[in-house]
Amino acid sequence: MENKEIVIQAQGLTKRFGDFIATNAITFEVYKGEIFGFLGANGAGKTTAMKILIGISKPSGGEAKVAGFDVYSETEDIKKNIGYMSQKFSLYEDLTIRENIRFFGGIYGLDRKTIKEKTDVLLKTLGFEAEADKLVSSLPLGWRQKLSFSIAILHNPKIVFLDEPTGGVDPVTRRQFWDLIYEASNRGVTIFVTTHYMDEAEYCNRVSIMVDGKIEALDTPKNLKKQFQAESMDDVFHQLARKAKRSE
Amino acid sequence: MKTLLFLLEKEFRQIFRNSSIIRIIFVMPIIQLIVLPIAADYEVKNVNIAVVDHDHSSYSRQLVQKIIGSGYFRLVENTDSYKKALKSVEQNDSDVIIEIPAHFERTLIKENEAKLLLAINAVNGTKGNMGGAYLNSIIKDFNQDVRTDWVTFPRMNPMPLLDIVPRFWYNTRMNYQLFMVPGILVILVTMVGSFLTALNIVKEKEVGTIEQINVTPIKKHHFILGKLIPFWVLGLVVTAIGLTVSRVVFGIVPVGSLLVIFGFTAIFLLAVLGLGLLMSNFSDTQQQAMFFAFFMIMVFVLMGGLYTSIDGMPEWAKIMTKFNPVAYFIDVMRLVVIKGSGIYEIRNHIFAILSFAIVFNGLAIWTYKKQV
Repeated sequence: MENKEIVIQAQGLTKRFGDFIATNAITFEVYKGEIFGFLGANGAGKTTAMKILIGISKPSGGEAKVAGFDVYSETEDIKKNIGYMSQKFSLYEDLTIRENIRFFGGIYGLDRKTIKEKTDVLLKTLGFEAEADKLVSSLPLGWRQKLSFSIAILHNPKIVFLDEPTGGVDPVTRRQFWDLIYEASNRGVTIFVTTHYMDEAEYCNRVSIMVDGKIEALDTPKNLKKQFQAESMDDVFHQLARKAKRSE
Repeated sequence: MKTLLFLLEKEFRQIFRNSSIIRIIFVMPIIQLIVLPIAADYEVKNVNIAVVDHDHSSYSRQLVQKIIGSGYFRLVENTDSYKKALKSVEQNDSDVIIEIPAHFERTLIKENEAKLLLAINAVNGTKGNMGGAYLNSIIKDFNQDVRTDWVTFPRMNPMPLLDIVPRFWYNTRMNYQLFMVPGILVILVTMVGSFLTALNIVKEKEVGTIEQINVTPIKKHHFILGKLIPFWVLGLVVTAIGLTVSRVVFGIVPVGSLLVIFGFTAIFLLAVLGLGLLMSNFSDTQQQAMFFAFFMIMVFVLMGGLYTSIDGMPEWAKIMTKFNPVAYFIDVMRLVVIKGSGIYEIRNHIFAILSFAIVFNGLAIWTYKKQV
């Protein structure tokens, strides 16, 4: 965090659906190479905010820049510079591992030779060499999520957005998943991640906690625990989330 | 361009990996083309007739014989009680009753005219109507025969016999299959074009992969072309299979050029594919898309002149068919296959279909949003 280059900047970012304010004037910055935890209970407005940042939803108010591009007018430029992995499994189940890598590499503009090289490295890192030509539908969930993440960073994006990437995954695989995240972060990729697992929140460099559409807390896990006089991030989260008025 | 190749590669892989799509594409046209034209026929045969003969004369027997001999009727009841005949109609055993009154022969000879009663069961409207019409013409014919018999001096024939010999052009033997097969082929191509494309895209919405696509820098027109081209190719393959089946099974060899048929099919496919895309933009689930597509195709087919002639429709319906791409295609298929029309004769059809293609695809691209 020594250079503090800002890659995401949100200034009073708001999204309204009729009378309902899903995201209420949130302001924050994310620095290059950090792992930024974006926490909040279900319905707190995390996914809405994330959809604006990845360029598939227009904000109702406020400003935001992602990788230097404006979320109103330059969404297609944003898309070139980010990776995204959603909570829903988003690879093609009727294609093999190799074909999925090839397809997503291809639509991000990688040439065939690069794709081939990257595929070999990726399969080796994940230990998927033997399964490379199996359909993705035959893989267990944890494996798919690891594959999904690896494909999301295949084109060397500046920022990768992860929307509850480890939901439903066993603890061992979750640990392996976080190893992949650390590795990417060490290479300078910024990680923007939402999660419901508070042990994962402890792994983040900085964490923001959203309650009812607003960011109620934003700091390193260490400082947050100090501020709320809590033992763990779990405690911090509970103290804040209890104040929530709106439910799903 | 490179992006498009990756998209096409993916689509073709997915299509060929999906065995049900392959079955639909190859088996459906063959079965439909073989079964439909043979079974679903305009010609009404096997009209069940109940004869109530109170006369039992040689004329009445001659008439009945003539009716049965026509090949359209099946005698199910020959009785002398109208009640009994009516009962058989009530039980749905007969469709038509013909009652020959007592002294039929005598009255006919004496008074030069005699009455017959026809009662038609109109529950099955077509069968009843057609049966009635056949009977009428048979009776007219019988009448003619009887009168000719009476005339001893042909030169003094009191009723000049005007014989009308119909001559049908192009489809000289009024071959029903020659008429239906090209039309059914059109429906198949329409189904492949609109159904499969719409379902394919909506499936990506349902599974969630479209969200992944939407966060990539993929261009709208690349994505849409990537979806269109595979089904465009499949549509042409279905056409080729269909033409082969109609040649092998029905011996139908298009009089016109195959090039014109495929050329027009190619443009027509663009239009229906655009329609499929448009429908997928407005549906979130495969169920919605299915319902949408089914409704459209029903209207297109029923109003397209395949089963009922457009010339016989009311004015407002005729205007509606101007906005029905399927009607143009059916017309073109018949013109080219049966009559041998060339590009020049179908130029208006080509312009119309081109306009459909431009409008549908334009709307589809315009309404496709890479946003939620």
